[in-house]
Amino acid sequence: MSLANEGLIVTPTKVRKRGMISYKTRKRLIPLFYVAPATFLFCLLMLFPMITVLRYSLMDGAIMKKDAAFVGLRNYVTIFADPVFWQSVGQTLYFTVMSVIFHLLIGLAFALLLNTQRVHPVIRSILRVLYILPWLFTAVIIAIIWRLLLDPNGVVNSILMALHIVNFKVEWFSSTKTALHALTFANIWAGYPLYMVSLLAGLQGIPKDLYEAAGIDGANEFQKFRYITIPQLMPIIISIALLDFIWTMQVFPLVWMTTGGGPIHATEVLSTYTYKLAFSSYEFSQASASAIFILIISMGATYFYIKHQKAR
Amino acid sequence: MNVSKYIVAASSAVAVWVLSATCAFAETNLEFIQWWEPEMPAGALRGIMDEFEAKNPGIKVTLVSGPYSATHDQIVVGAASGTLSDVVGLDGAWVNGLAKQGAIASMDSLMADAKYDPSQIADIIKVNGQSVMFPLASFVYPVFVNLDLAKAAGVDKMPTTRTEFAAAAKKMTNTDKNEYGWVLPLSLQNPGGIQNDVMSWVWASGASMLKDGKPDVENSAVVGTLEYIKSLQDAGVISPGIFAKKEQDKVEEFVNGRVGMMIDSLAHINLIRQRNPDLKFGISALPAVDGYSGKRGLPYASWGIGISNSTEHKAEAWKLVEYLMSPEVNGRLVSLANAFPGNVHAKPDFSKSDPLFEEAFKIYQSGHLANEFVGLPVAEDLMRDMNVEVQKMFDGQQTAKDAAANTQKQWLVDFAK
Repeated sequence: MSLANEGLIVTPTKVRKRGMISYKTRKRLIPLFYVAPATFLFCLLMLFPMITVLRYSLMDGAIMKKDAAFVGLRNYVTIFADPVFWQSVGQTLYFTVMSVIFHLLIGLAFALLLNTQRVHPVIRSILRVLYILPWLFTAVIIAIIWRLLLDPNGVVNSILMALHIVNFKVEWFSSTKTALHALTFANIWAGYPLYMVSLLAGLQGIPKDLYEAAGIDGANEFQKFRYITIPQLMPIIISIALLDFIWTMQVFPLVWMTTGGGPIHATEVLSTYTYKLAFSSYEFSQASASAIFILIISMGATYFYIKHQKAR
Repeated sequence: MNVSKYIVAASSAVAVWVLSATCAFAETNLEFIQWWEPEMPAGALRGIMDEFEAKNPGIKVTLVSGPYSATHDQIVVGAASGTLSDVVGLDGAWVNGLAKQGAIASMDSLMADAKYDPSQIADIIKVNGQSVMFPLASFVYPVFVNLDLAKAAGVDKMPTTRTEFAAAAKKMTNTDKNEYGWVLPLSLQNPGGIQNDVMSWVWASGASMLKDGKPDVENSAVVGTLEYIKSLQDAGVISPGIFAKKEQDKVEEFVNGRVGMMIDSLAHINLIRQRNPDLKFGISALPAVDGYSGKRGLPYASWGIGISNSTEHKAEAWKLVEYLMSPEVNGRLVSLANAFPGNVHAKPDFSKSDPLFEEAFKIYQSGHLANEFVGLPVAEDLMRDMNVEVQKMFDGQQTAKDAAANTQKQWLVDFAK
C-alpha cells in the first residue's frame, strides 16, 4: 500500500483545495494582522476623536443641539473674526517660541556644566539631582509653587525689595504688563530638564578624538564648542526643539491654574481660549474649530519633525 | 432515579431564578448623580437614601458621586447623549443650558399630580416658566470680620452700610504690616467672584441686574456698586493681586490674618477654625447703600435638585425629590451639610454646629436669598464677561459706566443665543 493511498502524502492541489485562502494571500495578510491591534487602537483613540471634532467644527451647536445642522466653515469664520482669538494666537506663539529658546539655552548650559570634568563629581551629582527637580513636578504643583513665589506678598518680591531692585509689590500674575512674561518664565523653569538630559546624553556621545584633534590644530574652547559640540548636538537639538514646540503650544494646566487666561486677556492662549468656548460658553462647535486650528499648526511642526527624522 | 433528581434540582434553580428576576423587574433602580456625598460626613447621604428605600419598598437608589467639576462634566455628557441619571444634583449656573437642551424635566405636572404645595420651597428655579430645580441646601455668603484686626484698628461694630464698610476697611489697612481691609478675588479661572464679591453688593441693597428677565447692567445700582468697589481699590484697602486671586486665596488670606473682611460662604467656617483656631472672627449681613432699610439680599450657592427628562421613572424620581425636600429630612440633611434648608418649614439643628451658624441663620431669616445668576443662560460665561470688564475698570482702561455698558452689550449677545 503506497503512502499516497493511505493519505499520508498530501499533494499541493489538495492543500489549495482545503485552505480558504492561498499561501500567497496569507503571506500578504499576515503582516497586516500584526499591525491590526495598533491600527485598531489608533483608529479608536486618535482617528475617531479627530474626525468627530472635525465634524463638530462644521456643525451648528454640536453636542448642545439634538438637531445640529451642517454649516460649513461658519464656525471658523466666527472665531477668525474674534480679536481675542488672534490675541491668543500671538500670545501662544510668544509663549511657545520664548519657552523653546530658553529651554534650549538653559538646558544646554546646564548640560555643559554637568558634562565638564572641571567640576568635582560629587558636586556634579548633587547638581544633576537639583537641576532635574522641576521635571519631577506635575503641572498643578508647578502652578502652586509659582503662584506662591510670585504672589505680591511672596518670596520673589521680598528678595527684590530687600535688594532694592523694586520698591513696590509687583503683581506678577495680576498685572497685564507682567503676567505673560511671568507665565513664560514659570514654563521655562518647568521644561528645561528635558533638554538638559537629552543634550547631556548627546555630549557624552561626542568622540573625544574630535576635541583632541581640534586642540592639536590650535582651536580654543569657544571654537571647539562652535565647530564640534553644536554640529554634533544639532540632530538632538532640532528633534527636541520641534517636539517642545508642539507640546508647549498645547500647554493648558499651567496657564489655567495660574492666571486662567487673565488678567483681561493678557495670558489667553489657544488652549484656554478653546476650553472657555467649550466648557464656559458651551460653544462646542466653535471650540472644535479652534481645536482643529491648533491641530493644523501642530501637524505643520510634526511634518518638519518627521522630515528631519527621515533625513537622519 | 438520578435523572429525576437532576430534573428537580434544575427546576428549583429555574424557579428561584424566575422569582428573583421577577422581583428585580418589580424593583425600580434610581440613579442619583450629585457632588454632595463627598462633601458630607461619611455615609450621611447613603444613610438618608437607605431610609428612603425602607419607606419606599421597590425603589433602590444608586448614588453616583464625584467632585463638583467632574460631576458637571458627567452631567453635560449625559445630557448630550441622553444618558443622564434619573435624579440630578444641579448648580444654578447649569440649569438654563440643561433645561434648554431638554435634559431636565419640568416638575410642575409632578407637583400637581402629587398635590404638592410649592410655597414650602424657598426658591423654585424656573426656566421659561417651568419649574426645573429646587434648591435643597443653600450656602449663604455673609461678611466675615477679623475681630482682632477690627479691635486693633478701632472698629467697634460690624459695618452695616457701604460708608461704614469703607471706613472700617480703611482703618484695618496697614500696608507696612501687609494687612488690608478687604479681599476681592477676580481670577478668570473661576469667575465666581463676580457673583459672590461684586454683584452681591447690588442684591444686598435690594437692587437688581435684570429687568423683566433681561440684562439691565447699566442701571444706577450696578454702576454705583462698580464705582464703590473701584473707590475701595483707589483707597488702597483691597489686598493686592486681585486679578489672579481665587476663592481659596481669599480664605487663606483671611485665615492668616492678612485681611480684615471678606465675603465668603458659611461652609468655610469649620475650615477657618481648623486652619487657625486662634482667629477670632464674626459675621454680619452684607452692607447696603446708606439709608436702605428693606430686606437684604444674601448671595448664596446651592445644592439644587432636578429630574432627568429621559428617565423612565419620573414618578419614582419625584418621590425621592419630595422626600429630600420634606421638612424633617431637609432639616436633617442641611444640619449635616452646615447649610440652610430649601424647605421653609425645615428646622435645622445647629446645636452641634459652630455658634456662628445660629447667628447666620438669624441673618438668613431676616433677609432673602439673592443670586440672579441662578437659572441664567451660560451663567459662568456671563460672569466671565463681566469679570473682564471689571478688570479693565480696575486697570484704568475704562470707567464703571463703560464697564457696565460693555457688560450689557456682551450679555445681550449671550442672552440671544
